[in-house]
Amino acid sequence: MKVKVLSRNPDDYVRETKLDIQRVPRNYDPSLHPFEVPREYTRALNATKLERVFSKPFLASLDGHRDGVNCMAKHPKSLSTILSGSCDGELKVWNLTKRECVRTLQAHEGFVRGMVVRFCGTSFFTVGDDKTIKQWKMETPGYGEEEEPLNTILGKSVFTSIDHHQKEGVFVTCGQQVDIWDEQRSSPIRSFSWGVDSFSCVRFNPVETELLASCASDRSIVLYDMREATPLKKVIMNMRSNTLCWNPMEAYNFTCSNEDYNLYTYDMRYLDKPFTVHMDHVSAVLDVDYSPTGKEFVSASFDKTIRIFPKDSGHSREVYHTKRMQHVISIKWSSDNKYILSASDEMNIRLWKANAAEKLGLLAPREKAAVNYSQKLKDKFQHHPQIRRISRHRHLPKSIYSQSKELRVMKEARRRKERNVRKHSKPGSMPVVTEKEKHVVTVVK
Amino acid sequence: MTYRFSPEVKKYTIKMAASSETTLKKPHVGKKRKPPKRYWEGTEEDGKNDGKKQKEGDNNKQTPQQKKTRTKEGGKRGGTGEKKVISGKSDPFPGSAPVPEEKLRKFKRGDKGELPPRPQYKLRAVVVRSEAASDLAQKQNARYDLMLPEDAGFLEGDEDEDTCTISQDDIADAVDITAGAKYFNLTLSQFGPYRLDYSKTGRHLLLGGRRGHVTSLDWQSKQLMCEMNVMETVNDVKWLHSEALFAVAQKKWLYIYDNKGIELHCIRKFNDVLRMQFLPYHFLLATASATGFLQYLDVSVGKEVAAICTKAGRLDVMAHNPHNAIIHLGHSNGTVTLWTPNQREPLVKMLCHQGGVRSVAVDKTGTYMVTSGMDKKLKVYDIRSYRPLQSYFLPAGASCLSLSQRGLLSAATGDIVQVYRDVWGTPVTKPYMAHRAKGSVWGVHFCPFEDVLGVGHGEGFTSMVVPGAGEPNFDGLDANPYRSAKQRQEWEVKALLEKIQPELIGLDPSQLSQVDHSTWEQRHEDRVQALGFDPLAKEKFTPRLKTKGRSSSGKVEKRKKQVAHEDQRDVIRQTVEDRMKIDKERKEKKKKEAAAAGQKSALDRFRK
Repeated sequence: MKVKVLSRNPDDYVRETKLDIQRVPRNYDPSLHPFEVPREYTRALNATKLERVFSKPFLASLDGHRDGVNCMAKHPKSLSTILSGSCDGELKVWNLTKRECVRTLQAHEGFVRGMVVRFCGTSFFTVGDDKTIKQWKMETPGYGEEEEPLNTILGKSVFTSIDHHQKEGVFVTCGQQVDIWDEQRSSPIRSFSWGVDSFSCVRFNPVETELLASCASDRSIVLYDMREATPLKKVIMNMRSNTLCWNPMEAYNFTCSNEDYNLYTYDMRYLDKPFTVHMDHVSAVLDVDYSPTGKEFVSASFDKTIRIFPKDSGHSREVYHTKRMQHVISIKWSSDNKYILSASDEMNIRLWKANAAEKLGLLAPREKAAVNYSQKLKDKFQHHPQIRRISRHRHLPKSIYSQSKELRVMKEARRRKERNVRKHSKPGSMPVVTEKEKHVVTVVK
Repeated sequence: MTYRFSPEVKKYTIKMAASSETTLKKPHVGKKRKPPKRYWEGTEEDGKNDGKKQKEGDNNKQTPQQKKTRTKEGGKRGGTGEKKVISGKSDPFPGSAPVPEEKLRKFKRGDKGELPPRPQYKLRAVVVRSEAASDLAQKQNARYDLMLPEDAGFLEGDEDEDTCTISQDDIADAVDITAGAKYFNLTLSQFGPYRLDYSKTGRHLLLGGRRGHVTSLDWQSKQLMCEMNVMETVNDVKWLHSEALFAVAQKKWLYIYDNKGIELHCIRKFNDVLRMQFLPYHFLLATASATGFLQYLDVSVGKEVAAICTKAGRLDVMAHNPHNAIIHLGHSNGTVTLWTPNQREPLVKMLCHQGGVRSVAVDKTGTYMVTSGMDKKLKVYDIRSYRPLQSYFLPAGASCLSLSQRGLLSAATGDIVQVYRDVWGTPVTKPYMAHRAKGSVWGVHFCPFEDVLGVGHGEGFTSMVVPGAGEPNFDGLDANPYRSAKQRQEWEVKALLEKIQPELIGLDPSQLSQVDHSTWEQRHEDRVQALGFDPLAKEKFTPRLKTKGRSSSGKVEKRKKQVAHEDQRDVIRQTVEDRMKIDKERKEKKKKEAAAAGQKSALDRFRK
């Protein structure tokens, strides 16, 4: 007779002393772990619920401006520095880690319209309602020294926006026309206009550094090549675009914020219809900024909310609002992809988390693993109705909630009417115009 | 980078072995030295992506001159060449060790689907990535499986000695003291017969005597946790999720006690309970009553989840499928019904026996169900297809059945407990083990993670040693027999957090991970209805206008024909080819048959 009976030595399975950690022998045999999928689903559901519990995006409010904040600029080299310009011409430099203002200066008379920090981070440019372009040193002047611009250029008309070249001493402004300036000269080296009386925004392409895009008041978006004498092409839309932002990773795409409550992402090469229409705001969209990863962007709207959109999704994944925040005029996504800054009408700059439920600060390795695991689970089960419902649920202010409902009803009514007209007209005489095609009037080359 | 041996290498080496006539069948390298026998021998690998490796393997056996050229090539190739050691010897086992095929099969989760078509490149990339990840996980699991510390027990008789004749005393003498101590008898003749239950970790034993004696003990250390007499008939006892709570079905109501024997709850909603099953991942206590009700109690919140009137009379045969948490009830008319808390009707009704059903057991993987009936038969069913696999005739019929983690079946007939091995494979003629208890058997239960079978009978309780019954390696995060109090508390919190809702109980537990086509189709239909057109519809092909008479209506029709049914062409071609193939085969077969019929056999010449 040959016999063997299971006989475990408990010493192999329990810890030796109280100072040791517990032994956990594993056996990954699937038959010992039944209900794999339902258990994972339950975990995903719990993770989704916890995400909603922990989503507290608001971090801080930076106050100190004495008028509405009109523009902001990121520092290219320092994560903790942000510049803001207000409607009374005052400019403040903030330290975000201390959440305090480190420097205040009276930059312009009237609005500070635009601001940009030079790529090296040693100086910055401002444009204002007083028809000037000023260059300032980033360093705080020493004791007794006066706050004086390094350089002042007096222009012929009001400038509305400014942007700096990525690596050369060239910047661009817009107002009645788009001007390209050399830092060393006091007159523009090139000016573009295409039968338009004013521009609201101009941006350099971050990768193809000689390319520019601007939003004009004739409802068009114009593309330029700095090396050419004439603009490249423009697309005319139904309503005016306020600002635009290039995608930093896929720099042939840009997103513009439009007056018709939508944002449009265009592929620069095919302007005849936008690549995605981003809907959800219930009032004009005033500003847009991309995350440094190029996967998402954030938009600021006149409806007193901020929304975060995935770059290829038609609807927002997140909406931020507070009771006190008024019309949001300017928005920035920080360069470390973690924070969002919003500047609004009621003189405050607000700091938000880009990912509302994220835990800030250092994470222990096990915490990190747990976060990654629950993220993966959420991704895996994201389309299950229960999980989708919980993860999409947001509380909205009553006014926005009712307005969005109203918009939805209006849209449905329009669609119904169109459908009925199509039903009762000759087949083919009423072509289907998709949402993407609806908003573009024409492309001019 | 993972290198594997390719099949060509194998062929080559096999040839070499044949020529040199060594006893070894499949050495790994073509060297004459006899390599040690490795565990992965006889495994097959797919050598699709390792063509290079094979060439290198061939080169290994070339002359030194050729070797030089090879090393040069290797230098050019950069990282692909094998590593050179200072001694100049090349690694006889290059690359990572291959994983045995049957181990890989054990960790296989579903079949690989087809990749989405190329135009959906993003989805394709996602699918490819996730499949690579699951492949890696499967491989790593299989590798880890080789390192598990314990091996399963076994019992082998000498030549012409049946293992069923070996007595428990002999086994207890033959094995070590701790294992031998697992065979013991508790003489409790006053309050019997006894029902019993082992806790999920296998450390604790709960005994319930018919005449009211309830006791729980740590059976390995023989430490008594509580002992009491409830002064009422006890129909069944069951541990709840941990050893801190247990349920007792008494004469009238269902009671819940803690490990000190203090009555925590008397649940008046559950009356006349005869049998109980606990679903550990759902925290559900399922009870079957004499009034024909199947009730589910959520023990985490104390709520009744479902009460189903089965309309099948007294329910005293009950089992649960550990794979999908479905309750099996056996009835006096010979049927077995399958139930979930979500449906008032049985999911399945199977006619299993001609008489009443006496006992039901379901195996751990949810593949097999074993039933015994009044017709003295023991039947094995495949409950994925509800097909009978085996039918045995037991002279006395089995009153209680229990399946162990490794698939041993214990059947109690009168006062004899028989253990069968592999009842669903080849027909079994002899039991693996047998033991005569002191009284008629009332309940049998295999202890999880131990080679022990608990038998409750009229004269008390017997703990039998059954080598090979228990799973040798437990998972510390799931059911750890050696867990401390702190570990138990942590496990309890985690288990409660991932409690599966009763709505998710169904025949296929993996259904949640499958694509829900029907809902998508419904939603798409609704969308088409709302929009007035199909947004996913393919545009109709309109030929481009060409000049110089090339757009005559005839030519346009021709061009249209070129693209017509483009998407179906491959399918049509395939089906036509298949059909032709089948036709051809059939014809050949006929021809052969005709030829065979026409041929004269050697004996035909003697025929007149």
